[in-house]
Amino acid sequence: MGALFLRDVRLGLRAGGGALVGILFFLAVIAVVPFGVGPDLKLLARIGAAMLWVGALLATLLGLDRLFQADRDDGSLDLLIMASERHMLPLTILVKCLAHWSVSVLPLVIASPLLGLFMNMEPAAIGATALTLLVGTPAITLIGAVGAAVAVSLPRGGLLVSVIILPLAIPVLIFGVSASYGAVEDPAPFLAPFLILGAITLFFAVLGPVAAAIALRSSAD
Amino acid sequence: MRLVAEKLGGERGGELLFHGLDFMVSAGEALLVTGRNGSGKSTLLRIIAGLLAQAEGTLRLEGEPAAFEGLAAAAHYLGHLNAMKQVLSVHENLHFWQSFNGRGKYSIAEALERVGLGEIGHLPFGYLSTGQKRRASIARLLTSERPVWLLDEPTAGLDKASETQFAALMQEHLARGGLIVAATHLPLGLAGSKELALGAPL
Amino acid sequence: MSDAISKTGRWIDLANPTRFLSFAGAVLPWLGGLTLLVLAVGFWMSINVPDDYQQGSTVQIMFIHVPFAWLSMMCYTIMSIAALGTLVWRHPLADVSAKAAAPIGAVFTALALITGSLWGKPMWGTWWVWDARLTSVFVLFLMYLGIIALTRAMDDPAKSAKTTSILTLVGFINIPIIKFSVDWWNTLHQPASVLRMGGSTLDPSYLRPLLVMAIGFTLLFFTLHMMAMRNEIWRRRVVAMRRVAARNAERGPAKQQEVR
Repeated sequence: MGALFLRDVRLGLRAGGGALVGILFFLAVIAVVPFGVGPDLKLLARIGAAMLWVGALLATLLGLDRLFQADRDDGSLDLLIMASERHMLPLTILVKCLAHWSVSVLPLVIASPLLGLFMNMEPAAIGATALTLLVGTPAITLIGAVGAAVAVSLPRGGLLVSVIILPLAIPVLIFGVSASYGAVEDPAPFLAPFLILGAITLFFAVLGPVAAAIALRSSAD
Repeated sequence: MRLVAEKLGGERGGELLFHGLDFMVSAGEALLVTGRNGSGKSTLLRIIAGLLAQAEGTLRLEGEPAAFEGLAAAAHYLGHLNAMKQVLSVHENLHFWQSFNGRGKYSIAEALERVGLGEIGHLPFGYLSTGQKRRASIARLLTSERPVWLLDEPTAGLDKASETQFAALMQEHLARGGLIVAATHLPLGLAGSKELALGAPL
Repeated sequence: MSDAISKTGRWIDLANPTRFLSFAGAVLPWLGGLTLLVLAVGFWMSINVPDDYQQGSTVQIMFIHVPFAWLSMMCYTIMSIAALGTLVWRHPLADVSAKAAAPIGAVFTALALITGSLWGKPMWGTWWVWDARLTSVFVLFLMYLGIIALTRAMDDPAKSAKTTSILTLVGFINIPIIKFSVDWWNTLHQPASVLRMGGSTLDPSYLRPLLVMAIGFTLLFFTLHMMAMRNEIWRRRVVAMRRVAARNAERGPAKQQEVR
């Protein structure tokens, strides 16, 4: 399992900047927001957390369709499925998700405080947003694994994966953003939505790989 | 150890490709599956590998070594695709499959030596020619131990010398008590192998 | 006349990567030494500048911020010229030059943004504002990253060279926008004060260290660029040699078979 994690991380870093493209997309999304809403610093500070979350959500969706498709294209997926006696398939998928998250999503989380500065956010809001992204984005990847597994046999599954996943990822967005706001706006609580966010991630850490495993098994042909 | 199929039927895309297949392969035997294109050779292999469900009939492995539970766990599958990553080196690819599937009789260096790639294990897989890629994925069969080898057109892209080399590897596997099911339209150079012809009119 | 001919002759010589490598090997130590010397003098001059009556000692950030910003634009201009070289003259080194310059340019742009942000916090009370100059430099930074991602996404240099050149040339529109953004729009960023019609508005006691620093960092850029180009040529040779090694490995065992 460690070998699978290392291989996927190595592939993500070596195969030509999958991680770089994700960050770039994130930067670009945040950079166009001020053009859309105007350079009003107060307004930007108010919508900053929400914009960071939407940007991170879209950037996370970006590379998800390749999660299993790359392995299917070269035949590795068959062998991963065949090895399910030794390594439970849901566990294999969980490890693949973790590797994908560490290469393509973790950099987004690390970059988010910098973008928070661009959005003129307060330090507390920046910290809270980065923390909620750290806890919440794994859920998006894990939900995405289901979409990627369902669409794995489709030649142009990329857009479809995003369309399938987005509605499922909405709860993550809701609790992520409300926890970020809870950290700075007084009556709103931080801890409650934050804990729910963590619970969603843990829930999908179980459900996502299991559902993806069923989808992958049935999609083999 | 023997692989037994009774009244096996397989379909692909809703079309029944073969049915009522009965065969038995014992340890030390090779079964060559032949037939025209589209007769269901690959489908049969994928059914044996557990990647496809059979349409009818039963398939079982009897008396397999205790280390392997079930047919899929006891089998190596070499499909049309090589299951190797282009950007990783040959050695890295094999190392991954070895640590994922368990250590076999051969180390990676020995396996590469056996398929004649000992010199270029450090090169990225993508730099290799078609035949070299095929040989690298044959080396994968050696780095992890599996009694059953399921080979789908294993010699595609191999030159004469490599074919001979590969035939020797298969003989050695059979001599050690393994069994082979190979889909092919070329003679593999295996003495005393059974043949199963698919594609007879249903 | 003969001088001009020999000059073009020299340039054609340099187009040969091997010649370039020996040229770079001979020039780099001197260039590197000169860079260190000029930068050291520049730093010493910048530190000994009197405090500004408005900005205090923060004014010293200028001595690195302004050269970084200049270089971020100069580097892109060099990449655009190299892109023209790839597309029009098919110069073998142009693609190497563009590819080697992109990461250096991205770093200089990032440093310009960071130092500007550090300067902006005490001056404007905020790390970042979305005014025309800052935004256009940020867009430049994104373009550098985009070009780097594009060159890395394609492993065959011959294929990536053309597409990257086209992208680079299209992006060149941004350079005049950055340069004149402070004049065209009413921005928080101060207007041009060194290079402008009617002479510099900067006091000579600031101008001198700034110019020395600018020369020093420009030399630094060329040193780094030449080193990066050398690395890129070497990297391509390694790739080519590995492909040859994969082919040659085939002949070895085949011969052995015949002997047997």
